Amino acid sequence: MPDHPSGTGHPLQQLDARVKIIFTLAFILALSLSPFGAWAAYFLFLCLVLSAAIAAGTDLRSLLRRSLLGLLFILSALPLLFTAPGIRLPLHLGGWTLWISQPGLIRFASIGAKAWISMLAALLLAESTPVPVLLLAFQRLRTPRVFIAILSLMWRYLSVIRAEALSLMHARTSRSAASPDGARGGGGIAWRARVTGGMAGSLLLRSMERADRVYAAMLSRGYDGQLPDPERKGLSPQDLLVLAGALLLILFFLLFALFTGGLP
Amino acid sequence: MSLVEIRGLSYRYPDGREALRGIDLTLNAGEKAALVGSNGAGKSTLLLHLNGVFTAAQGSITIAGLPLDRKNTGRVRALVGLVFQNPDDQLFSPHVDEDVAYGPTYQGLPRDVVAQRVAEALAAVGMGGYEKRSSYHLSGGEKKRIAIATVLSMRPEMLVFDEPTAGLDPRARRELIELLQRLPQTMLIATHDLDLARRLCPRMLILKQGTLSADGPTAQLLDNEPLLYENGLL
Ligand SMILES: Nc1ncnc2c1ncn2[C@@H]1O[C@H](COP(=O)(O)OP(=O)(O)O)[C@@H](O)[C@H]1O
Ligand SMILES: [Mg+2]
Repeated sequence: MPDHPSGTGHPLQQLDARVKIIFTLAFILALSLSPFGAWAAYFLFLCLVLSAAIAAGTDLRSLLRRSLLGLLFILSALPLLFTAPGIRLPLHLGGWTLWISQPGLIRFASIGAKAWISMLAALLLAESTPVPVLLLAFQRLRTPRVFIAILSLMWRYLSVIRAEALSLMHARTSRSAASPDGARGGGGIAWRARVTGGMAGSLLLRSMERADRVYAAMLSRGYDGQLPDPERKGLSPQDLLVLAGALLLILFFLLFALFTGGLP
Repeated sequence: MSLVEIRGLSYRYPDGREALRGIDLTLNAGEKAALVGSNGAGKSTLLLHLNGVFTAAQGSITIAGLPLDRKNTGRVRALVGLVFQNPDDQLFSPHVDEDVAYGPTYQGLPRDVVAQRVAEALAAVGMGGYEKRSSYHLSGGEKKRIAIATVLSMRPEMLVFDEPTAGLDPRARRELIELLQRLPQTMLIATHDLDLARRLCPRMLILKQGTLSADGPTAQLLDNEPLLYENGLL
């Protein structure tokens, strides 16, 4: 989770965060409403998210690498391959033959494609918008207050814990030396486990203390569960235009998917 | 003989911030040098390079003749003891003696040698008898001493301190300076405490925005008010 957008000045990074959130949600919604097997439409969705990523100046390689996490979702669709009714296709694995269902295969691949492309869109949103801005945008979109409060506290505490953990690790690393003869040290497994346990305990204690102080400091500056919003303004005509155009495009993709997709 | 040789060292944090730019530095064995500079000048970043917590993006570091690369980090870490600004970073075990034993135990030294190292290190910082105390409940000055003991137990050639007197009360600070005067190791001390630099370190290095902007006898640099002002030290 980057604290800052990786660059500034790209049109997509200056776009109002609310537009980006609505666009991303509409994108993912349309993609998930698309029927199975609408390959051409999936391709259009993919092109859309990739061109947005390029326009935003994101590092495509790292985006693609992290998006592979989305493929984990297809594990849950694995049973479809065997349980879905319909024509069976033989799959030869060494000496084994597995009979998989053809409609199951299509659904499986469709779910994989959708999960992956949705993941790309969500990652792009997170990448091109700093977290505080994103939270503020959710608040402006009238997301329930508790939800915003939980998210923003989690975000603060996460950075706190990360900083504490990092300095603990540095201190340990710097004392993890080899013996004078150059042999690799390391100590026994039980000893290492005990040290790690001690560090985890110390991390918990410190993070809680720090988090308490962060919270006290926030309260003393008048925090009431709501993020301070200096400029409460509506979307500019230009933002609305971009949003309308993008939503139309997504709608068009969805219609295209509905006409071309579907199981045989 | 030079103990530390740094040539053309540059470092950039993953978020793109350039913290060190073209550092050249030689420290001789037995020398005590102060590293000063305003907040964010890059002192802590430089110190973390000295025993391979960070690896040089550009340039080279040689410690006691060993080029600091992947192969040598283990041995270099035993030579260079890094004392962090926040002692809590170094104290994470239930008891003081376990924290002091961490280094030698990791090195794989036999039990009795470790015990002897622990006793020796605690005695050196004047904290004998604290073995079974919980560091969580010690005072700031006591924690600092224990943190120093946790690196002394590796019998390092060199001690590196990050703002050792920050957050100590006057007496703890005075006792710490006296302790550092007694320790024989080569020292590099990052600090804002110019009085400590005057009393402890014949040599002073000034870091400014990631580059070394001055290097000379402490007394001489401290007399140069415009220089101190320019480097954010006054
Ligand atoms: N983990 C980090 N990630 C990004 N930038 C950092 C990090 N730590 C320090 N910096 C930046 O690197 C520069 C040097 O920091 P540091 O070495 O801590 O300075 P000093 O110890 O002299 O106060 C500062 O500009 C600081 O903001
Ligand atoms: Mg520092």
